[in-house]
Amino acid sequence: MSDSTCPSEPLAEDASVNGLDAIDRAIVLATQAGLPLVPDPWGAVGRPLGLAGDEVRARMQRMIDSGVIRRIAAVPNHYRLGYVANGMSVWDVDDARIDRLGREVAAVPGVSHCYRRPRHLPDWPYNLFVMLHGHTRDEVERQAEALRERLGDACRDHRILYSTRILKKTGLRLARRPGPPR
Amino acid sequence: MSGERVSRSEPAELDDADRRIVNRLQAGLPLVPSPYAAVAAELSLSEGELLYRLERLLEGGVLSRFGPMYHPERLGGGLTLAALAVPEADFERVVAAVNAFPEVAHNYRREHRLNMWFVLATETPERIGEVIAAIEAATGLAVFNLPKQEEFHVRLHLPV
Repeated sequence: MSDSTCPSEPLAEDASVNGLDAIDRAIVLATQAGLPLVPDPWGAVGRPLGLAGDEVRARMQRMIDSGVIRRIAAVPNHYRLGYVANGMSVWDVDDARIDRLGREVAAVPGVSHCYRRPRHLPDWPYNLFVMLHGHTRDEVERQAEALRERLGDACRDHRILYSTRILKKTGLRLARRPGPPR
Repeated sequence: MSGERVSRSEPAELDDADRRIVNRLQAGLPLVPSPYAAVAAELSLSEGELLYRLERLLEGGVLSRFGPMYHPERLGGGLTLAALAVPEADFERVVAAVNAFPEVAHNYRREHRLNMWFVLATETPERIGEVIAAIEAATGLAVFNLPKQEEFHVRLHLPV
């Protein structure tokens, strides 16, 4: 349902998307790599933009209220925290029941992300994606078993795709500065 | 901002203060005038100690990022999950080709015939299709595009 807010037009520099103006976008650009680690991070973000810290803070609060910012938080590296078993569990769930079951499964402890995605038959029959994290694969298998019970006969098949190597993790770069003239 | 920093993957040694910081800051920083001082007080640390430790946790790769977590679609951007079935002998070449795209935000090797899974984040929804076509051209492989159709839950919290 959140996808309904996608604009169909390319985002112009001063376009207002979800009430974001050019100053909001400048704040996004200034913070997408991270928030400054200084006592007054809002002031530090605002200074190069000619904004007072209070203005930056008020604008970020508005972006939180509108859901543009989920929260301002630490993103952990699972492996470095000891969560070395990270499985993308994928499930082939009855289309008629997936919306109700997806919400139920999302509430199971240990589930971090839960999405419905399209099947690609015949290679890929799975339509429910649930990320699981544990210190051991046994722990992840137990989490998957709890999901299996919850899904019951609505689930035809499932598997767990463990990650075995991080190939890239830069985080999202959502907006870029206008490039130099080409 | 090439972001090619190699991710370390061995579990880190964390002391009690580090654990409190990691647990507390996954939940979020308050939007108050001196946010680090406020969190430091909750954790019985000084502001300076919190900032020093936070910087060290980021440098050591215990945290991969600290800051606002943006919702790409609500910023007007495109986002999708994509997968490739990469022949083993060709894996390193394809890693380099795929990672070279700045739109590739995360990329993981996984145990399956579809052995490479990556997230694409683009400035516009239309750009997703163009980047997928460019990745197919660069790798010679068919990309499985798996955009989310419904989001039931997003909230990563890994207590330590």
